[in-house]
Amino acid sequence: MASAKPIVTAADLRGGSARRRRETAIRGSFAIAAGLSIVISAIIILSLIGNAISFLRQIDLSWLVAGGWFPRSDQFSIATVFVGTFIVAGVAMLIAVPLGLGAAIYLSEYASARARRTLKPVIELLAGIPSIVVGFFALTLISPDIVQRLFPSATFFNLLAAGIGVGILSTPLVATVAEDALRAVPQSLREGAYGLGARRRLTSTRVVVPAATSGIVAAVILGFSRAVGETMVVLMVAGGTGGSSFTINALGPGQTATGAMAALAVGTDQVKGSSAAFQSLFFVGLLLFVVTFALNVTSARFVRRARRHG
Amino acid sequence: MIARDATAAAVGSGLRSGKRDWSGRLFASALLGSLLAALVILVALLWEVVAKGMPVLTERGVDFLAAGPSSLPAEAGIGAALAGSFVMIIIVTVVAFPIGIGAAVYLEEYARDTWLTRAIATNVRNLAGVPSIVYGILGLVLFVEALNRVVDIRDLGSLLSGGLTLSVLVLPIVIITTSEALRSVPRSLREAAFGVGATRWETIRYHVLPAAAPGILTGTVLSLARAFGETAPLLLVGVSTGFFSTGGADTIERLLRSPYSAVPMQILNWSLFPNPAFKSLAAAGIVVMMTILLLVNGVAIWLRNRYERAW
Repeated sequence: MASAKPIVTAADLRGGSARRRRETAIRGSFAIAAGLSIVISAIIILSLIGNAISFLRQIDLSWLVAGGWFPRSDQFSIATVFVGTFIVAGVAMLIAVPLGLGAAIYLSEYASARARRTLKPVIELLAGIPSIVVGFFALTLISPDIVQRLFPSATFFNLLAAGIGVGILSTPLVATVAEDALRAVPQSLREGAYGLGARRRLTSTRVVVPAATSGIVAAVILGFSRAVGETMVVLMVAGGTGGSSFTINALGPGQTATGAMAALAVGTDQVKGSSAAFQSLFFVGLLLFVVTFALNVTSARFVRRARRHG
Repeated sequence: MIARDATAAAVGSGLRSGKRDWSGRLFASALLGSLLAALVILVALLWEVVAKGMPVLTERGVDFLAAGPSSLPAEAGIGAALAGSFVMIIIVTVVAFPIGIGAAVYLEEYARDTWLTRAIATNVRNLAGVPSIVYGILGLVLFVEALNRVVDIRDLGSLLSGGLTLSVLVLPIVIITTSEALRSVPRSLREAAFGVGATRWETIRYHVLPAAAPGILTGTVLSLARAFGETAPLLLVGVSTGFFSTGGADTIERLLRSPYSAVPMQILNWSLFPNPAFKSLAAAGIVVMMTILLLVNGVAIWLRNRYERAW
């Protein structure tokens, strides 16, 4: 037999020009779809910055350090909304960190495979609950039946109830991110600890948790970021819809960044259009965006560090 | 050194101590307790909602599901809001899914590992962490003010703006879940397709996408659930402009035009009224919403279990 001719040549595989044109067109449209995410980010940032600047131009800068957040009467105290935000997020962390980390350590270190299958859905179900539902829960149960019963001096609308509600919403996030970090710790570390005679508690607290520190820190920061950005619960129970004086009292009404934006949007502050009051929406939005962005970037950095050392 | 000594001391005392490790048991029960606390919160939340909302549902039945907004609690229903949410979900499906899946296919299958690719991937992850109310600002600037200049959107107005805003909100989630599904498809499958002369698109279309379909489907269905329950961005794009329209909504057109046009918005408005009858309506609305969400999540889990393949 003579040397066989190749049945398929490179030219055959390349296909016709129509086929190649189609390939290029498809590739191009997918590239545009991917590039769109950059466009979205750019529009978010530009519209926030542009409108925030036009807000700052309209107002007297001393209005930013007024005694409270009352957009209708030109009081735009940034301290009021951000102290409120951090009170709510701080209370939320008091709920979400112990519950989330406790659940994560239990699921990762203590639960049998079967117990994990039955208990993990509790966290997943909690994660799937819309914030409006938790807001309703905070309004009808947490505020009147828990907060006001424990602290008779608390008003019906208060930052503490909002913080508890936001904490419920942040718990599943802290739990899942922390559990992923704990499960990524190599089994050999646990076996080494057991081999030295350490019991489960010691293995968890002295070996596994320290090894997963980066991931756990990332989980807590992410939970905090989620708490800072949460809107509905705050709008419904923090009591800042008509504006709020500067306060550090968690048992009284207050305003947060997200709550202030929502109040401006639904018009309970009676403002509209291009007035300075309405434009303050963008200024607060920009600050909120910067704070959550910084938190998320920090969290991502900790996740990367966990991966490098893990 | 110090850490090692401390560990050695702790281990030593653990070995020398008595048979029962009480503090260890206490620690274990505290951990289990935090999980149970989450369970208690979940049960209390559902109980509160069902106890308050069920009477409305059993008394009114289909009437509550069909009726539009009204200033009388006995006549108000969730029909218009359900219709509005349904239309917005369709907009999300049509807009966010093709773009999101396309972007993920580009990032996973086409793009080389350049700084631009990495920047896009990082950007998508950051977008997923942006608070939802900030998407409302984007919606306000882009889909209300700018869109209004191009076309007169007053008739479908809020629904179109709301649907597009929710599409942008879930886009990062669709991209991330689709990317994960694509990454789980083994390289050998692609190499086999290339080996018999398939182009990149043919490989993706006939081999990679079908293999990744269960994961993509689960992710997209879950992102729909997210869009359905989201309220905050809708506050800014004017979905709820007035409090009550007059009379019930009897035609589809009136359903679409009624000021209430999303289930969570309707629940919010009812919750904020001091009249307890409206609180019951809000609870009933939540029961309806949670039932739909449970069904949707159930479908997603069923799809995953039915079609998932281990490689």
